[in-house]
Amino acid sequence: MSADFLYGIEVVINGLMAGVLYALVALGFVLIFKASGIFNYAQGVMALFAALTLVGIMEGQVPFAHLINALFGTEVHHFGWEVPALLAIAFTVLIMIGFAWAVQQFVFRHLVGQEPIILFMATIGLAYFLEGVGDLMWGSDIKTLALGLPQGGSLAVEEWTAGLGGDDFYGFFIDKLDMIATIVAIILVASLIIFAQYTKQGRAMRAVADDHQAALSVGISLNFIWVLVWSLAGIVALVAGVMWGAKSGVQFSLSLIALKALPVLMLGGFTSIPGAIVGGLIIGVGEKLFEYTIGAPFLGGATENWFAYMLALIFLVFRPQGLFGEKIIERV
Amino acid sequence: MLYREAGDFKTSYHADNQTFPIKFDRIGFWITLAIAFLVIPFVINDYWANAIFVPFLIYAIAAIGLNILTGYCGQVSLGTGGFMAVGAYACYKLMTAFPDVSIVIHIILAGGITAAVGAAFGLPSLRIKGFYLAVATLAAQFFLVWLFNKVSWFYNYSASGQINAPERFVAGVAVTGPNTAPWAQYMICLVFLTVCALIARNLTRGTVGRSWMAIRDMDIAAEIIGVNPLKAKLTAFAVSSFFVGISGALFFSVYLGAVEVGEAFGIQKSFLVLFMIIIGGLGSIFGCFAGAAFLVLLPVALKVLGVDVLGWPTDLVAHLNLVIVGSLIMFFLIKEPHGLAQLWRLAKEKLRLWPFPY
Repeated sequence: MSADFLYGIEVVINGLMAGVLYALVALGFVLIFKASGIFNYAQGVMALFAALTLVGIMEGQVPFAHLINALFGTEVHHFGWEVPALLAIAFTVLIMIGFAWAVQQFVFRHLVGQEPIILFMATIGLAYFLEGVGDLMWGSDIKTLALGLPQGGSLAVEEWTAGLGGDDFYGFFIDKLDMIATIVAIILVASLIIFAQYTKQGRAMRAVADDHQAALSVGISLNFIWVLVWSLAGIVALVAGVMWGAKSGVQFSLSLIALKALPVLMLGGFTSIPGAIVGGLIIGVGEKLFEYTIGAPFLGGATENWFAYMLALIFLVFRPQGLFGEKIIERV
Repeated sequence: MLYREAGDFKTSYHADNQTFPIKFDRIGFWITLAIAFLVIPFVINDYWANAIFVPFLIYAIAAIGLNILTGYCGQVSLGTGGFMAVGAYACYKLMTAFPDVSIVIHIILAGGITAAVGAAFGLPSLRIKGFYLAVATLAAQFFLVWLFNKVSWFYNYSASGQINAPERFVAGVAVTGPNTAPWAQYMICLVFLTVCALIARNLTRGTVGRSWMAIRDMDIAAEIIGVNPLKAKLTAFAVSSFFVGISGALFFSVYLGAVEVGEAFGIQKSFLVLFMIIIGGLGSIFGCFAGAAFLVLLPVALKVLGVDVLGWPTDLVAHLNLVIVGSLIMFFLIKEPHGLAQLWRLAKEKLRLWPFPY
């Protein structure tokens, strides 16, 4: 096989792994949208907030240290202990559940029955709020997430595949972290599907997604289900935040992954979990291949910022509800 | 006692159709205009012009543009920043290519170019609706910013990738460049805003505006009663982008003077203008002013309060600012989803009946 072709395959493999991460973020959107019709723009900031909280707890930072120092003239920074990773993750999950409850209790409970666009705007407000709170709590400097995840390219894969091509082919370069992220994402998606299919709460969740009123009439608490989906979205955000944060540091740009997930949603449809996954993979492979074949050689590179949107846009013109979305039926 | 229709008899259709049917409103409008044109230019200084008035005027134009599209025609757009960038770069190319032509013409032409670009990006709206369209407009945002970053023809191959506004004069007074007086900056923005607001107000009262609102309320029903959705949606995109382009051109040439596209016209700008029309009120020209004033004043007020009065560190105040803006948006949506304009309307209703409760 020629080296060019093999490098093409390498690009596709890396694209698939990037796509899994996009799908992970998109999944958070789909969960909330299906159950409550809210298009949650704050998903990306939730990932940032979760990752910040995890780092903060692990390093034993004092929350709101900056604010406390400014108010009382004290000099507090750290409690002086370090929390083991698993315990810190458990605490972060608890905080995300508390956040889900607060969002439901103080914001969206009062907005039931409003137009979708109003709900969307509210989540943008929520995104600003959460970003500010995250910065106030843990400071806005770039943090490294020291979970002990392996970094760098995998030598084993490189050596193993080097024999496939000729002399000018050195094997596939595949990031170990990407491999772990892929495995984690697959486990997460599998457990979400098992949860939705086989547990009582999961069934209730699907019932709410089908029809609010029918679900209410058989005794399902809408409020509880909404808190549940926001918590699940929070946990998905934590996983996404950890994976992206381990890659590029925990910082503001982490919240921009939400923007990466939007074309995935358009492509896959807002209401379909398989759609989010397939859409993520298509976008991941599509943008890497486009950058490799056309973007970098002819257009000056950095096409990844917009290619996904253009792909989704062209796609939508032919299928306005996305690949797997529910057919849009309009009545007058 | 003052705020009444009673006794204010209309004797002609012209009088009956006027923009402000209540006399008190008309007087208020003229007094506001008089203060804006005759008082503020003489007392304005550099700080007030740069921190408050000029950004307010420019954002108000952008908000009017977006409100036409989102508030009147119901098409949510997240591409405002990208379209402002089109206006800015069009203005820059025109200014450097035709240095002898007046900058006023350049700014208007920049608006025209943006209108064409906006209409092109509006084409998918004929197929895609709602959230899908909102996300689709993000394609415009990212693509346009990338384009202005990568293609060096747009910034005349300058090494820094920035565009700088050369010095230009209107009636012998510098309005762009480093030697511009604050009042000149203020006046040119004010004139553009006044004209834009009048055009927008009258467009929304006429046939075009009514067809936009019909599309917004229910597009299929509108189509059945004979509104052409192609024409209505594309005119909304074009007119909206025209105003947004003008605001982008002013933002670059008069306000900032030098612009780096990703920083000045990024996605944050799109959201900022969107917040203005939500807080101000969708489908209201007054709301554009209220929203722009609110979101320009709020950070300045918080900064003055936090940094200057309380002596807190700047970054802390910036974070608090985010928290407060976010909470205010949620609070407004919960309490009054129709924005400041609706509060103003309710206040006027109360005023008309005052001092009686019913």
